[in-house]
Amino acid sequence: MSDLEAFRTEVRDWLAANCPEEMRKPVRGEEDVFWGGRRAVFNSDAQKQWFLACRDKGYTVPDWPRDYGGAGLSAAQAKILRQEMSSIGARLPLSSFGIWMLGPALLKFGTEEQKKHYLTQIARGEIRWCQGYSEPGSGSDLVSMQTFGADEGDHWVVNGQKIWTSYADEADWIFCLVRTDKSNKYQGITFMLFDMETAGVSTKPILLISGNSPFCETFFDDVKVPKEQHVGEINRGWDVAKYLLGHEREMISGAGGGDRTAGIGAVIKRMVGEIDPVLRAQLAQFDVDALAYSAMGEKFLDEVNVGKGHPAQPNMMKYAGTELNKRRHELMMAAGGSRALEWDSAETGGGKAARGWLRTKANSIEGGTSEVMLNVIAKRILDLPGA
Amino acid sequence: MPLYHDDDQAMLADSARQFMADEGAITKQLRHWRDRDCKDGFGHGLWKQFAEMGFTGMLVAENDGGLGMGHVEAGIVLEEIGRNLTPSPFLTSSVLAATALAHGSDDARGRWLPGLIAGDSVFAVAIDEGGKHRPERIKTRAQKSGNGFRLSGQKDFVLQGASADMLVVAARTSGDDNDEGGITLFAVPRDAANMTHEAVRLVDSSMATHTKFADVELDGDAVIGEVDGGRAVLNQMLMAGRIGAAAEGVGVASGAMDMTVDYLKQRKQFGKLIGEFQALQHRAAHLYSEVEIARAATIKAAQLLDAGSEKADLMASVAKAKVAQAAGLAVREGVQMHGGIGMTDEYDIGLFMKRDRALQEFLGDQYYHAGRVAELSGY
Repeated sequence: MSDLEAFRTEVRDWLAANCPEEMRKPVRGEEDVFWGGRRAVFNSDAQKQWFLACRDKGYTVPDWPRDYGGAGLSAAQAKILRQEMSSIGARLPLSSFGIWMLGPALLKFGTEEQKKHYLTQIARGEIRWCQGYSEPGSGSDLVSMQTFGADEGDHWVVNGQKIWTSYADEADWIFCLVRTDKSNKYQGITFMLFDMETAGVSTKPILLISGNSPFCETFFDDVKVPKEQHVGEINRGWDVAKYLLGHEREMISGAGGGDRTAGIGAVIKRMVGEIDPVLRAQLAQFDVDALAYSAMGEKFLDEVNVGKGHPAQPNMMKYAGTELNKRRHELMMAAGGSRALEWDSAETGGGKAARGWLRTKANSIEGGTSEVMLNVIAKRILDLPGA
Repeated sequence: MPLYHDDDQAMLADSARQFMADEGAITKQLRHWRDRDCKDGFGHGLWKQFAEMGFTGMLVAENDGGLGMGHVEAGIVLEEIGRNLTPSPFLTSSVLAATALAHGSDDARGRWLPGLIAGDSVFAVAIDEGGKHRPERIKTRAQKSGNGFRLSGQKDFVLQGASADMLVVAARTSGDDNDEGGITLFAVPRDAANMTHEAVRLVDSSMATHTKFADVELDGDAVIGEVDGGRAVLNQMLMAGRIGAAAEGVGVASGAMDMTVDYLKQRKQFGKLIGEFQALQHRAAHLYSEVEIARAATIKAAQLLDAGSEKADLMASVAKAKVAQAAGLAVREGVQMHGGIGMTDEYDIGLFMKRDRALQEFLGDQYYHAGRVAELSGY
């Protein structure tokens, strides 16, 4: 215990010395999020300073081994770091699908060489990754995907199309599900990694109801992928995909805390002054749910760290967390009144409330719909028949 | 501190689960006493067994002969009580009254705690006045009289009031009804003159009283804590009791849910197990999610209380409100998914609905606590 308390003191001192004031203010929008990658641009000196300090300390991925760019922290130490960062409102130094999704899959399924190479790049923010899962005809029924890699000896030639590829137009590499055996539905998919600059890869942003384009269509036209660039066994990529989906769902659930798990009543009161009594009651009920969910997030992560808890629990977290986040934004819109309707005024930060509200509608669709989550809970946790 | 049970707590959970399933089972306790119109609504034999298990004095300090455990541990026992709908004076005696007595004088602790620890004594708490929990307003008055006090007023929803050897009564010794200060807690013995109980059976077959105090004479030793300074102890009691009630509610919710999910795997209609229907699967899965979240909130609140955190009060209200939502959903879905047999007295699911209803009201319902979350958050 005293070791951990000593660590807490050490972390506090380090944060005091290394986390700039500007990086302790709430994230205003996408422009404040640093994603790394070949084309990364810092939007301020403070952002750069904070990222570099964390990168050099291993704090972009605190609980990864030091050999792969992490800080090698134990679960208990990582929790302390999270708590201390949260208590000063420190922003994430690096946001990355590499950290949240590919990394855990590589740690479990990657070869030593792959771990050293890819994980270190991810930890250092050098490569920005995107995910090639969904296809136009394969949404909830993901395993029906058709993008095909023809075996050409030392490489595959990949043809097909992915959709809802988040930030594909800004990503450097993709982790991608490719069918390599058409005769076997589940055991005919290979989990491949390749450079988005490879000839034959193209992307096209999709304009969403929020007016923004975080998702793309991604096309593969005779894309050559060297044979060594797959994770797990050939034709057994579905195992990797499912494992990674667990982490994706955990990420979308917001279990790690932050804005997603805080109450909103007090914020809204400060914002609008007067709250209608019925809305106040709804906000109170929401805050009960949000604070209870925050405890759930903490419990979930504590259990993940020691291998307790049901392996399908990320599905429950994703379901509850995304439904909660949609409700949060419905209430914020109601509280914001006509001001919240403004689409591009400077006063609203370019329609932040309205666009944010619309964006949340994807939360219960992306990474597996709420309905699919409920199916999985029914089948794997409650063991209901025929599910 | 991680938000799951450590090894000692897991061991306690195992033994409490086994004990309550064997000794506290619905047929052995709840139905048994109910069908005999028991005036206490619980069995004193089981209470002695609670003592043998070390439950009765688990929150009592080791210096006072107890086990000096915390509210996480008490919550573990309460969850099993909830799961089996076990009628017992554990929550009122071993959690609420024990929390108050921890602030009592050496004499008060010496007088009351040994009987509690041995499972010989039962305590009640008299807080509510009127049909809703509103401890901010206390009208019952204790006037100074010689070396002691004269207590007048009425308390309602006093669980096990007529069976109790002692009642912890929250009364006003100064100020106006709605004042924060001016509250004093008293330990009123069962044989106090001019105290009368109107005993009522509640929907869940538990027994409560409307208790009248008509110039009940108390000596100065009856005061628990400071005269006029009882609000802090009362708040401490309420936090402990609310978190305890939440833990029991988690047990009620889990018990109802498990029973219902089992039923979905057995009952056939249209030539299929009804658990194959997606309409029911999704509702069951949603229920699971709500119960898990309620349990997490409850453990978090208990940990905060044990750690003496100032956030414990807010989290106690979050837990009480969230559990009320989840348990309410569990029992309503339970009865509905059982269909016709869910409406029969013979089947247990209805008993869960009744217990949940009583537990919802005890120490504040979900609306009271959601309102409190808003107030404590500053809106």
